[in-house]
Amino acid sequence: MSAQPPLHLAVALDGAGWHPAAWREPDARPHDLFTARYWADLVAEAERGRLDFVTFEDSLGPQSSHPIEPDARTDQVRGRLDAVLVAARVAPLTRHIGLIPTVVATHTEPFHISKAIATLDYVSAGRAGVRVQVSARQNEAAHFGRRTVPRLRFDERDTPEGRELSAELLGEAADHIEVVRRLWDSWEDDAEIRDVATGRFVDRDKLHYIDFEGRHFSVKGPSITPRPPQGQPVVSALAHGSASFPLVGGSADIGFVTPHDTDQARAVVADIRAAQAVAGREEEPLHIFGDLVVFLDEDPAAAGARKERLDRLAGYVYTSDAEVFTGSAGQLADLLLEWRRAGLSGFRLRPGAIGHDLEQITRHLVPELQRRDAFRHAYEADTLRGLLGLARPANRYAAA
Amino acid sequence: MSKQSTSEPTSGKQSTSTPVPGKAASGKPLKQIHLAAHFPGVNNTTVWSDPRAGSHIEFSSFAHFARTAERAKFDFLFLAEGLRLREQGGLIYDLDVVGRPDTFTVLSALAAVTEHLGLTGTINSTFNEPYEVARQFAALDHLSAGRAAWNVVTSWDAFTGENFRRGGFLPQEQRYSRAKEFLSTATELFDSWHGGELVADQDSGIFVKDARAGAFAHQGQHFDIAGQFNVPRSPQGRPVIFQAGDSEEGREFAASGADAIFSRHSTMEAGLEFYADVKGRLARHGRARDQLLILPAATFVLGDTEAEAQERAHEIRRQQVSGRTAIKYLEHIWNRDLSGYDPDGPLPDVDPDPGENTIARGRASVRRFRDPLVVARQWRERAAAENLSIRELVIETTGGQSFIGTPATVAETINSFVQADAADGFILVPHITPGGLDEFADTVVPLLQERGVFRDEYTGTTLRDHLGLSHPDAHAEPGAGRAAS
Repeated sequence: MSAQPPLHLAVALDGAGWHPAAWREPDARPHDLFTARYWADLVAEAERGRLDFVTFEDSLGPQSSHPIEPDARTDQVRGRLDAVLVAARVAPLTRHIGLIPTVVATHTEPFHISKAIATLDYVSAGRAGVRVQVSARQNEAAHFGRRTVPRLRFDERDTPEGRELSAELLGEAADHIEVVRRLWDSWEDDAEIRDVATGRFVDRDKLHYIDFEGRHFSVKGPSITPRPPQGQPVVSALAHGSASFPLVGGSADIGFVTPHDTDQARAVVADIRAAQAVAGREEEPLHIFGDLVVFLDEDPAAAGARKERLDRLAGYVYTSDAEVFTGSAGQLADLLLEWRRAGLSGFRLRPGAIGHDLEQITRHLVPELQRRDAFRHAYEADTLRGLLGLARPANRYAAA
Repeated sequence: MSKQSTSEPTSGKQSTSTPVPGKAASGKPLKQIHLAAHFPGVNNTTVWSDPRAGSHIEFSSFAHFARTAERAKFDFLFLAEGLRLREQGGLIYDLDVVGRPDTFTVLSALAAVTEHLGLTGTINSTFNEPYEVARQFAALDHLSAGRAAWNVVTSWDAFTGENFRRGGFLPQEQRYSRAKEFLSTATELFDSWHGGELVADQDSGIFVKDARAGAFAHQGQHFDIAGQFNVPRSPQGRPVIFQAGDSEEGREFAASGADAIFSRHSTMEAGLEFYADVKGRLARHGRARDQLLILPAATFVLGDTEAEAQERAHEIRRQQVSGRTAIKYLEHIWNRDLSGYDPDGPLPDVDPDPGENTIARGRASVRRFRDPLVVARQWRERAAAENLSIRELVIETTGGQSFIGTPATVAETINSFVQADAADGFILVPHITPGGLDEFADTVVPLLQERGVFRDEYTGTTLRDHLGLSHPDAHAEPGAGRAAS
């Protein structure tokens, strides 16, 4: 059969789906978007499909159809719940699926993020990850009032000023991840000893100051939360442009990329592997997942028609940084297996309309991939690292 | 505002009070008692050495504790906070429980395994930003369908600040003003959505009625922020606001805007004074007496007989204060290394070092001893008069258990405190994780229910319902009724 390892498959959850008019579909639940039941139902469905993990989008400002500024639209979903809290809320209701909330490194404290994700790992018994993103939005910076972000038009991203801003924010995010990772290791696994004879609860020699000093912050440590079940929860980041390849290559366990064909997929994989080598991590496992927005129907034409209908409701043709796929589950399976040959180890699918497309993924795409011996039939591990084939890392501070 | 980490209850011993009969003699209707459960945390009241003590980190412990509290129809569960491991003599303090999980994450997960229980988190206003904290509490309120509460605390110390971007630069005198402004800013954010903006009308295509829903602008001494809050109004409108602390500023701040006070006054005498003082302040802020609940922390030890309870209490105190713990505690006052002293021997004859206390860092208790020389003299006199060793003295002076007795006498005492207006209820702090609440739930709670002073079933769904607090009016002027800085 297939010489390739099985695919990894994830779903990116956001509102009623990635199409801005998805909430208007008859099977959407727009009144439930801010309830726990809604998110619990989605994640349960993803778990029924044996998916590796779900991601939860987040932002520190309202959603917008504009790339860098707020808009004034009232016809799209606005408002979001904190992604870490949503992930924690569904964790006790699930058993196998990985939970990866988004956090914004630009405006948060790595100390808080580290203990939050470690705790998500505890409440999910080893299924936590985190997806780190940056924010170059002026309006979001104004919500914190601690820093200003230069005003750049979207088409100025590739100017020297734009590149400098990207490099600064992404460099800070790399420091953020480094601090978070050091804090996860700041307790050795067996630091808690409860030694009644000597009255010591912990062996303080197994707790470590991390003493991080960087351009944007310094952090002493240790964490207040003991090392989480996975040791290191899974760190991921989206890299839809070359500016973020060093972040993924240097800091992440999973990079999400957005090629539009096989050749692009091959090129982006090569670029990220190169960035990984530059960071001196070529020996470490790094998954590269392709991101796709998907509209799926048994009849391929129906998927296309559905997308067009939603476009009409939105008032414009929806596009994305990622490839927008319309077609049948069989056609999507063909595409995924072709792209896998370019070096992608998995895919993160963004359902165009969650009410419809999530079940298309779990009930049609997954069986199709299983028939082709390209996807698991049962969960083979209890932790997210286990599902991804990642070993539990040694603690950097533990004496060898 | 209190110091960070409000997890060490203190109380003196007290005599068992006269039971209040099933009907109040005065004809006044019986007050309903509020009860909450504090998950035992990082302090020497938590007995980790007991064979029944379980994990203080694993979610199963929190789930067990929360389910017990909900089974007993408690109002809420309470979590304290710490943002840096404590140190003494330059070393991480290793004699107490060390480490705890993230507050928001645990509370959100607990919302999945409970239906009614309120979820109260202590969150520091110094090492957070209002937009993020307001988002997290609004999200918790949505995800728990209206059960979120925030115990606002602050800390100014550079020691904790070393873990954060802000660092430790906040001058002590600014911690109150930052805390006040933090809370009023968060309130503006909670109120920035009025509640009717989300229409999600699929036919007309209107998701939000108002494109500027969540708009806010705040300019003050500590925060200059503007934009749009991105969480729609939550079921309770705002989380319930707790404030802890006992200073003049703290009392006034609570009276001006908090929904409940987490206090330390669990003796009748101190409770009556505190209760009268704080409730007396409310009118000046245009608030009614029932708009602020006073909920002291309290511990309990139960036994089949009074004697058995006393014996268990004595044994627990010995578990809580080991010889080494006693020496470490004494070092807070002496501000010296006392490791050479015998805990079973007499107090040191050397005087405390009167300089800045540098021996212990990150500990709330250090700040309790304003004049170490006076404390040391009093302690020496008492030890000499009662022939107490170091360990015995520390056991005697650092507080005992609030309620000791049979389930019947403990139920009577708690009820008498509440009916006498020494408290509106209690936040119970068991000394064992996670099963320390079970016995109370099984034996004391039914007796309170029999007396008609504690609910048999939840009658509402939100924490505000449980506490008898009204839901805030979102259309009020932002920040109205709150402390202005």
